[in-house]
Amino acid sequence: MGELYDRFGPALSTGFVALVLMWLAGMVLAPNLMMIDYALRPNLTPSEIGTAADGYTLSNILYFFGEDVHLAIFFKTVWASTLVAAVTLVVCYPLAFWLAQTATRGQTALVLLALTIPFWINEVLRTLAWYIILAFRGPLNELLLATGLIEAPMRWYGDGGVLAGMVYAFILFMLFPVYNAIESLERAQIEAARDLGASTVRIHARIVIPHAKAGIATGCVFTFMLAAGTYVAPALLGAPGSRWFTQIIYNWFFEGGDWNRGAAYALVLLVLCLAVVLVSLRVARVSLADVAR
Amino acid sequence: MITSAAVRKGLYALYFVAFFLYLFAPLAIMGAAAFNESRFPTVVPWQGTTLTWFQELSRDTAMWQALWTSILIAVCVVLVVVPVGTAAALVLTSLHARARGVAYAVMVSPLLTPGVVIGIATLILWRQVGVGGGLFLIVVAQSSYIACYVMLMVVARLQRFDRTQEEAALSLGASRVMVFRRVLLPFLAPTLIAAGFLAVLQSIENYNTTLFVRGFDTPLTVYIATKVRTGLTPAVNALALIMIAVTILGAVVYEVLRRREIRRRRSVSAH
Repeated sequence: MGELYDRFGPALSTGFVALVLMWLAGMVLAPNLMMIDYALRPNLTPSEIGTAADGYTLSNILYFFGEDVHLAIFFKTVWASTLVAAVTLVVCYPLAFWLAQTATRGQTALVLLALTIPFWINEVLRTLAWYIILAFRGPLNELLLATGLIEAPMRWYGDGGVLAGMVYAFILFMLFPVYNAIESLERAQIEAARDLGASTVRIHARIVIPHAKAGIATGCVFTFMLAAGTYVAPALLGAPGSRWFTQIIYNWFFEGGDWNRGAAYALVLLVLCLAVVLVSLRVARVSLADVAR
Repeated sequence: MITSAAVRKGLYALYFVAFFLYLFAPLAIMGAAAFNESRFPTVVPWQGTTLTWFQELSRDTAMWQALWTSILIAVCVVLVVVPVGTAAALVLTSLHARARGVAYAVMVSPLLTPGVVIGIATLILWRQVGVGGGLFLIVVAQSSYIACYVMLMVVARLQRFDRTQEEAALSLGASRVMVFRRVLLPFLAPTLIAAGFLAVLQSIENYNTTLFVRGFDTPLTVYIATKVRTGLTPAVNALALIMIAVTILGAVVYEVLRRREIRRRRSVSAH
């Protein structure tokens, strides 16, 4: 802190520190602490405030663990988000490898530019595009009917639609970290392995993937977090049977009118995401500084 | 005989076609549907080419209102996050090892927090002082995580700053405020412009956080999502097409500026 004052003088430094405190304390920490406070209090009518009922309780959290439907949706969200991350990795890995190891400089630049275009287009529109494709009388069903792959139109909205839309929306959050990680691998290492008779599968399993571990972990963490915390794709591409945990949270706030329970549910989501982030980073031995690049 | 190398090449080619089809076909179909006469946005069956939906879009006052709301929010977000993110980067880089690690973890934590949680937490905090959802809370909630991006960009830029420039200016009698304004700020300017641009895009594109703090205000993404439920017409596709065109244009300008900057830096360091 002394260094800051030496460098910018008292007036500017105070201004900087004030701005940072306003951000971190007022906009990051305080809201989260207040959310925890809410989660740990019962939902009271105005007349009950200040009475014996007005205290800390675990009832909201316990309610969640006792509610089978919500628990099921929660675990489905966790499992589906994991699936989204895994599918996205499988879809991206070959391209990332090609970009990093095989492509010429010009090819890489061109493809990366082409890839950034859908990335700049907002998530709602990207999901809307899938809403149109997957419609009951939409292009996908027409195409499959015309080619004779299906006999009658299929209903795509639901789990399948949500998965397709999410993988589509988050593809680049996976591609870039994996590409960056593979890029730093010396081509000579792969050639040496090949010269020594290693198969393609073995080269990837023993050389490329261990080398790119940090990038893969970063991509998976981001994709998982985005998938678990999104509201767009399940709301647009989902069906009544494919509810997402964020939709349950939303309902507590704007339909159920129980903010305390909603806060408890949001807290569960936050804890889940933080746990996934920290555990994955620990397992892959990645530091937080590498993730945010 | 077909060699395994040829098979591998063929598979790769197939994968490439599939990947880029997956990436661009949805956007192409969504764009094309804006010109189809069909009442529901689709490309099959093609009922005739028309520009009706663009006219209908231009008459849609609710859409214009939503667009205006989004722009207003984006401008306010930029005004908050550029100073905050810059200050955060400067404070962070002047901290020492341990404190820096802690501060860094707190500063990037909003990026690892689900968007809906950011919205909810903001909504709850401000309810305590009687402020409900609306423009103000949208700006606050969005800024809380967009500031992270600005901070990261400025930190990256600061790593290439030569501190001797500041010392030279000081020893020539400049005040510290003047050194900041005349030396550091001009050095950071290109990054601050890029960060502001990124902040605008992030703000306009946000949905998950905004949904919870919007109150009775309707920014563009919320408007589009609502349309999907209340009656989607190709007018929304016309809007999507325009937004795609604008974003591509913006992305190209951003890329060109970024590359020019990289080239300039290279030629400077070559001397």
